[in-house]
Amino acid sequence: MKFVRPIALAAMFSVSLIATVIPAAQAAEPIRIGEINSYTRLPAFTEPYRKGWQMALEEINAAGGINGRPLEIISRDDAGKPGTAVKIAEELVKRDKVVMLSGTFFSHIGLAVSDYAKQNKIMFLASEPLTDALVWSNGNDYTFRLRPSTYMQAAMLAAEAAKTDAVTWATVSPNYSYGKDAVEAFKQVLTKLKPSVKFVDEQWPALFKIDAGVTVRSLEAAKSDAIYNVTFGPDLSALVREGTVRGLFEGRTVVSLLTGEPEYLEPLKGEAPKGWIVTGYPWYAIDTPAHNAFRKAYEARWNETLKMGSLVGYNTVLSIAAVLKKAGSTDTTALVAAMKDLKVATPGGEITYRDADHQATMGSWVGKTDVIDGAGQMTGWRYVDGAEVLPAAAEAKAMRPAN
Amino acid sequence: MGFYIAQFLTGLASASSLFLVAAGLSIIFGVTRIVNFAHGSLFMLGAFSAYSISQHLGFWPAIPLAALAVGAVGWLMERTVLSRLYDAQELFQLVATFALVLIIQDAALWIWGPTDLLGPRAPGLTGIVRILGEPVPMYDLFLIGIGLSVLAAIWWMFTRTRFGVLVRAATEDREMLQALGVRPARLFQATFFIGAALAGLGGALEMPRQPASLLMDLNIIAEAFVVVVIGGMGSIAGAFLAALLISELNAFGILVLPEITLVAAFAVMAVVLVLRPHGLLGKPVTSQPHAVEIQPPQTLGRVGRIAAAVLLIFLLTLPLFAGEFLVVLTGDILVLALFAAGLQFMMGTGGLISFGHAAFFGLGAYAAAMMVRDAGTGMVPALLAAPVIAAVGAVVIGWFAVRLSGVYLAMLTLAAAQILWSAGIQWQDVTGGDDGILGIWPDAWAKGTASFYYLTLALSAGGIAALMIIADGRFGRLLRAGRDAPARAGALGIDIRRRNWAAIVIAGTAAGLAGGIFAFSKGSVFPDTLAIPRSVDALVMVLLGGLHAPAGPILGAGVFSILEDVLSRLPYWRALLGAAVLAIALFAPGGIAGALSARINRTGKVRP
Repeated sequence: MKFVRPIALAAMFSVSLIATVIPAAQAAEPIRIGEINSYTRLPAFTEPYRKGWQMALEEINAAGGINGRPLEIISRDDAGKPGTAVKIAEELVKRDKVVMLSGTFFSHIGLAVSDYAKQNKIMFLASEPLTDALVWSNGNDYTFRLRPSTYMQAAMLAAEAAKTDAVTWATVSPNYSYGKDAVEAFKQVLTKLKPSVKFVDEQWPALFKIDAGVTVRSLEAAKSDAIYNVTFGPDLSALVREGTVRGLFEGRTVVSLLTGEPEYLEPLKGEAPKGWIVTGYPWYAIDTPAHNAFRKAYEARWNETLKMGSLVGYNTVLSIAAVLKKAGSTDTTALVAAMKDLKVATPGGEITYRDADHQATMGSWVGKTDVIDGAGQMTGWRYVDGAEVLPAAAEAKAMRPAN
Repeated sequence: MGFYIAQFLTGLASASSLFLVAAGLSIIFGVTRIVNFAHGSLFMLGAFSAYSISQHLGFWPAIPLAALAVGAVGWLMERTVLSRLYDAQELFQLVATFALVLIIQDAALWIWGPTDLLGPRAPGLTGIVRILGEPVPMYDLFLIGIGLSVLAAIWWMFTRTRFGVLVRAATEDREMLQALGVRPARLFQATFFIGAALAGLGGALEMPRQPASLLMDLNIIAEAFVVVVIGGMGSIAGAFLAALLISELNAFGILVLPEITLVAAFAVMAVVLVLRPHGLLGKPVTSQPHAVEIQPPQTLGRVGRIAAAVLLIFLLTLPLFAGEFLVVLTGDILVLALFAAGLQFMMGTGGLISFGHAAFFGLGAYAAAMMVRDAGTGMVPALLAAPVIAAVGAVVIGWFAVRLSGVYLAMLTLAAAQILWSAGIQWQDVTGGDDGILGIWPDAWAKGTASFYYLTLALSAGGIAALMIIADGRFGRLLRAGRDAPARAGALGIDIRRRNWAAIVIAGTAAGLAGGIFAFSKGSVFPDTLAIPRSVDALVMVLLGGLHAPAGPILGAGVFSILEDVLSRLPYWRALLGAAVLAIALFAPGGIAGALSARINRTGKVRP
């Protein structure tokens, strides 16, 4: 019995915990969605995301839910481990009977859950992971992705980079799959647009362990016209500080992936780089009725400003609600069918989940960084629709395995 | 020429900041023999505290104040937790300090929030100076000065003050010092304060170079370990030399081979450990840190056998009455139990500590995945390949490892695991890099939840039983002889090194099999199967269950998985998990199995 008791106790404890999460006394049976993310591993990015989806969930339920049934999201922390994420997916599907899975931040965790979804024939809406493999080389019938991928963001920047005079380029990127993909996609698109460019140096600091001083010196030694940066988070702050002190960025074109997202730009405060061409999210300057309403509601609900994650989290739940409404059923086959060219009105504009490769056309904002009132901001930006940079449907479809 | 000098100075600045952290770690280890996993957390606290203080008092006061504050935290850690563990085995100290890592992580998240905090730059030192025409930041020169001053100050303290003499005496022979009437408690408290303050100083001085972030703790700790091990544990000059070596290797290495950044430090560490087992300037530990205690062999007693039978019946019938997810969860626990059982065999019966047991788990997982992906075989050949490849890996790693003992052996296994982990991430063509290998699902006949569960049960229970039988038999007895009385065992003609080598291979095989099953249960393999947290998980499970109890791994894996599963639904769950682990390390040093059997003994009803 020694062995039985802890298991039984744990089971009882878990059940009672879940019971408290479920809103009491709902007339209709809620529609349950399973949500998995790396909440403790990378809180700086996943907390705003959580706030975004919670707000969308509250709005949808306040408006009467989906087809008369309230929406319920069971959210779990994968602690940054793909094995744990798959275990949680299993629990959500088999015990909590969720109708679909959503979430994940890290690319490898997104891939692990997507493979689980394929194996177990359950729909998975990947919200944040960026890897191209998720919808292309490892794409499957059950997996869809919301956020613009590594390729899409790199292609947006390559298009801007091709317009500059820079011919020789040095790259600096964290030493793992995302960094490698981001450099490869940028090289590929830029070389196609402007065959005269040369890549003269590449630096591969270990993720979140950059030795910024020596990296900056090595980039300086390459004497290139321009630099393409993929580092982010603490690596980016360290790179900006060392690079500024040593004059690395003076007279050079710098193109930088994701740097305009508040998650990365805000910590730099007044030291944010000026004149870098970046992808990001200028929430402070987007002036459309839909976005203004979103921003106002978010600031009122959480008493803090928007982040990229907030928008991604919000759009995730909007997409879930849209597909549930369109399908009119919670059956996986119906859901997957309803995802076909599903259109969702988001605060950033309408997006479509492409049938060809299951990628949403959610775009990104491309502009230049500047410091305004002691804070890093994007100026001269424009919204690039994801459809502009995605390969044509047939080309995308050809990259997916037949299954 | 100017370029190379400037590059050298840049490397030297990084070396200085690495040295501050490593010096503290080395001093603490030298005196207390504690491998402080939480040292990186102190570094992180230094960075965060300096940020907060600088917002009120400005940059310069923030640096010493943050160091003192972190020193106080270190002192508190020693008083409340570690002082209770001096006589315990290395495993307990390591696991306790890892529990502190979890607690400090969540405390920092609670206090400072999730966002990175970029502090001010050093007033007066924001510019550059030109050396032979090359720009060198003034702050780098300042850091170099601080590093050298701290080195000089520690040297002065150790050679010229009474306190230093006592610390060195404690490093050489703690028992003798105690016999001479010196109270080691005070000495240890002071050591912890100084070591922690140095880590805090290192973190605070990073303020102009990088933001304070929640990722700092685990990022710095592996590197600090490397430096301390290469330099020789307990040697300050060695730590400086090693920090210099690693930083300069990085500074010049990336000019030639930019992708060297992940693996360089660990490769150097492995080479140094093989050539100079006690580090560049380290001395072999002259006295045993703890009195050797002969552990009686622990076998399943009558209660144990009954419990095992009940458990087996319960496990066999589980799919008949339990829900599908409970079956999946139990399967996970069985895999972890096999993984932990191998480690327990190596550490408990063999006395060989491994901080890198994930190396074998990951080898097994990748071997299975590659069989499916590249050789196109089904599940059965893949599950055979997993333990075989892991065993081959263990033969190689073990050959180097058995030349070392104690913490050095543990560190070599850590280095081996980190090198494999780097390969997992970087050797993209073979391992798939960070994107891993997908689509590793069981054959059709084992696909159902219950079928796969029974397969897992058969392999895990069989593996654990085999380990128990080996530990109980002639081989296990010889292994224990080598563990408890190496000199006598050697005199009897037992080749201890060869036995230990075999023990590592056996443990590695079990871990490899566990890794193979794991791959099929999750359907994919990623480098995290090789990473430090997985090795730590195994250590925690062994500790929770009990290092010497036969039922230890099963209990440990069960309790650990269930704790994690239940707690991870709560906010700040890592702190809760840390607290639970800490409580067991402090109050039930025999683990759960130890506590249970002690209770049975006390009541006198049955003897195990």
